[in-house]
This record gives sequence, structure tokens and C-alpha cells, in this order.
Amino acid sequence: MIVARGVHKRYGHVEVLKGIDLDVDAGRVVCIIGASGAGKSTFLRCINHLERPDAGYIMVDGHLVGYRRVGDRLHEVGERELCAARANIGMVFQRFNLFQHITVIENVSVAPIMVKKVAPAEARERAMQLLERVGLASKRDRYPRQLSGGEQQRVAIARALAMEPRVMLFDEPTSALDPELVGEVLSVMRSLAEDGMTMVVVTHEIGFAREVADEVVFMDDGVIAEKGPPSDILRSPRNERTREFLSRVL
Amino acid sequence: MAGLAPGPPVPYRRPGRWVAYVAVILLVAWFARLVVTNPNFQWPVVGKYLFDPNILRGVLLTVELTVSAMCIGITLGIALALMRLSSNPLLSTFAQVYIVCFRGTPALVQLIFWFNLSALFPVITIGVPFFGPDLMRVDANALITPFVAANLGLGLCEGAYMAEIVRSGILSVDPGQREAAAAVGMTHAQTMRKVVLPQALRVIVPPTGNQVIGMLKYTSLASVISVTELLASAELIYTRTFETIPLLIVASLWYLALTTLLTAGQRVIERRLGRSHSDPGSKPRRDFVAAVGRNLFLTP
Repeated sequence: MIVARGVHKRYGHVEVLKGIDLDVDAGRVVCIIGASGAGKSTFLRCINHLERPDAGYIMVDGHLVGYRRVGDRLHEVGERELCAARANIGMVFQRFNLFQHITVIENVSVAPIMVKKVAPAEARERAMQLLERVGLASKRDRYPRQLSGGEQQRVAIARALAMEPRVMLFDEPTSALDPELVGEVLSVMRSLAEDGMTMVVVTHEIGFAREVADEVVFMDDGVIAEKGPPSDILRSPRNERTREFLSRVL
Repeated sequence: MAGLAPGPPVPYRRPGRWVAYVAVILLVAWFARLVVTNPNFQWPVVGKYLFDPNILRGVLLTVELTVSAMCIGITLGIALALMRLSSNPLLSTFAQVYIVCFRGTPALVQLIFWFNLSALFPVITIGVPFFGPDLMRVDANALITPFVAANLGLGLCEGAYMAEIVRSGILSVDPGQREAAAAVGMTHAQTMRKVVLPQALRVIVPPTGNQVIGMLKYTSLASVISVTELLASAELIYTRTFETIPLLIVASLWYLALTTLLTAGQRVIERRLGRSHSDPGSKPRRDFVAAVGRNLFLTP
């Protein structure tokens, strides 16, 4: 479902990604762990082209994201094509980023109405189903600021799901939450995984990775240092840096 | 602390306050006596002209000019702010140069400049620039009437100020909002219209209210290019009757009435802003910005 090959990214003189190769098959859940500054979030943001890779490419569902192949070169695509590609990739942010000026139900229905041209009544009906799924149907007319962090993040997940994406990206979805609110978000994510959603999750929740992930990727200093099933990586890491990192977070 | 008498604590005495009260009241009384007893104010004349048809026509023209110049200014301001923030260096530079030129010269000078446009371009043609045929030829004196010149002068100048207000509003919106809009597949234009500008309104509206009040008063500049707005209407009368002071008072009373009305309106709008910023416990109510956003921006 997701194929990344040789993804590089630099900011000025700092090379943040030094060639990332990764395959995520349909229906699989991949958790990316690693110290801050390792390039996890940058790589995740490259997948939906919020960051433009300097070299290498990423394909989602068989289509290049942000580029088109012409002969043996990649050409940047125009806005329309990029937006069409992004519409198939859901993303959940660390700080939720719900649209502050509209209500919960509008947050969930606005993108289908605007981007997919779904009829407003139909979009709202579908939004209600999604809100029920994340347990927030009763908050439909609230504004984001009137919700707790955990509730906001669950709305953000519903907003992403409303576009019926092929894959879901999670950028440290529980890092900005009070500890007692982490569980409700993780349980929504767990149920998504059980339903067969393809997910890439940048997280510090090692417990979640152990329980839900099909594969754990450890990133260090812009490269993938080690990857494999959670039982291997989290219990008996071979890489020295992985061992160091896990001993610090566990 | 046993043995305390019941009742609230005795407040601290502030003798200075009483001195200030007396001083202010004396000052106001002295001024009021001056105004009422001095026959040169000619209060009966003020009463006679306050609702004079010529004055009322001037009031109407002042309001019209304020509305139309603000419409030009706001539209231009949004366009210039978007250009200024554009990644296209040419557009951004153009907007900056515009703001420097139109904010850096007095509105009065601009007004007189537009009024005298026919000296620069006696005939205004509309057609394909440089090569093509002219589609329309108009005498500049016929096209640029004093009212049009006043609109151009005040509106184009206002655009420069509004551009900075709109820009600060756009910059006040969390960049995460734009990222979230991009992530669900919205285009740049959709993101601006449906996500960024409606939220920028919260920051844009209060200073825009100030600008409207300022514009109402700036329209008096148009009196120098023979637009018979409020001040010019008063002038026309007092140059004939030499009742200068009472007619200036008539004009001032109207300006005061109109700005008071606008100030009240501004307060209502500001109070209704920020519903989506209310406490988690408060009852969810229709957000004013959201309502504007729904009507202006959210219609698919």
C-alpha cells in the first residue's frame, strides 16, 4: 500500500532523512519509534507531501505522491493532482488541528463536501456515523475548544476517516494529551486497526506498538536502524541504539 | 481573632478622589457656562440648520462615500494581503510597493491627484495594452467626477491600510489549520476561503471597525474637490450667511452621532465574536464568525 524508496530530506545543512526505504502492505499497522529529532515525523509528513522529499519517492496505493514520472525523471505535479492524492491519505496531528471556527460535525463533514463534492446532507449523515464510532455523537454541535484533548483527537480521527482514506497517518497522536486521556484515543486507533485500516503511527506509546503493530520501525538519525515484528524489536533488539532507546523509555 | 465586631471591613479613605471630583465638576461647569452664555455660538442657528435638507443630503453623501470607499478598501486589502503573503516574489513585491506608495502619501494629496487625472490622461481608453485596438474611449473629465475621484482617493488609500490589517489577521491563524486543510485535500484557495479567512476575521474585524469610523471622518477631505458631503454642505451655507461656527457645530454633531452609532455597532459585533472561544462549560451557541463563515465561505 505504501512504498518509500530512498527518501531524503534536508533543511539547509541539516540532513533530516538520509534515505528511507519502507514497505507497508495493505491492512498492516506500522509503528515508528525513535528519539526526538530522528526524523520520524518528517518522514510521516513526506508520505502525504506536507514535506517535499529532496530525493527518492513515495507511492501510496500504486500512485506517486506529489510527483509524476516522465521518462526517467520525476516531475512535480500541480495542486489539483497533489490534492487528489492527499484526499486518499488521512492524517492525524499531534496537536489535533481541528478547524476552530466550526462545530464538531462541520469539522467532520467539511472536507467531503468541499473536496469530494458530496451532498451536504449525505456528508452530515456520514459524519454522524463516524462521530458515533468515536463515541462523540452527543458533542456534534460543540466547538473544538469546548472539548477535552482526547475528545478533540477522536474528532480529528473522524475527520480524517470521513474522506475514506486508503491509509491513515498518525503523528504522535497522544503526545499532547493528559495521561488519563491517552487511553480513549488509543482504543479508537486499536479498533481501526482491527477493521483492517492500513496505518503508520509515529508514537512514544511502546505498549500500543507492542500490542497493535504488525511491524515496529526504529529510526535513528535519519535512517531506519532496525525494523521487524514488535516481539523481536521490543524484546530482543539487535541494534545498540535501539537497545539504548528502549532502556530509556521502558 | 476573637472580639471582632460584625460587618464588612471599613474601606480605605481616599481624600484625593474628592479633590479630583470637585476639580472636574468645576471645570465642566465653567466650560458649559462658557458655551451656553456666549452668544457667538448662536445655538438657535444650530437648531435651525441641524435638519436642513441641504445638510441631510450632505449626511447621506458622507454615508454613501464611507460605505463605497470602505468596500473598495476592504476588497483591495484582502487581495493585497493575499498577494503580499504569496510565495510568488513578483506579487509580494508589487503588494509591498503599493502599500508603501499609498500609505506613504497623504490621502488629501491622493484625492486631489485623482481629481486632476485629466491633466495627465485627457482621454481614457480601454483596449488591449500596447498593441490592440481601443474598445472604448472616454473623456477623463466625464469619467472622473468628483464623487469618483473621492472614491478612488479614499478607497485606494484605505486598501493599503486594510492590507496590513488583513495580513496580520491571516498570520494570526495557527499554521496547523492550514496543514490540516491540506491533509484532507483542500486546495490553497479552498483553505484560504473556508479555513484561514473565517478565523482571521476575529483579528480583522475590530481594527476594521476603527477604520470605518476613521473613514467617516476622512470623507470630509472630499470637500476640497467639491463633493458636497456633510462638511461641504455646511461650508456652502456659511460662505453665504457667515454663520461659520454654528454650521461647523451642526456638522460636528452629525459626525458625532454617526461615529457613536458605528461605535455601538462595533461593540455588538465584537461581543458576538469569539463564541467558539468560550469555556467548555458554557452552552454552545451560534458563533458569529462561524455564521459569517457559513454564509460567505462555506457554501459549496
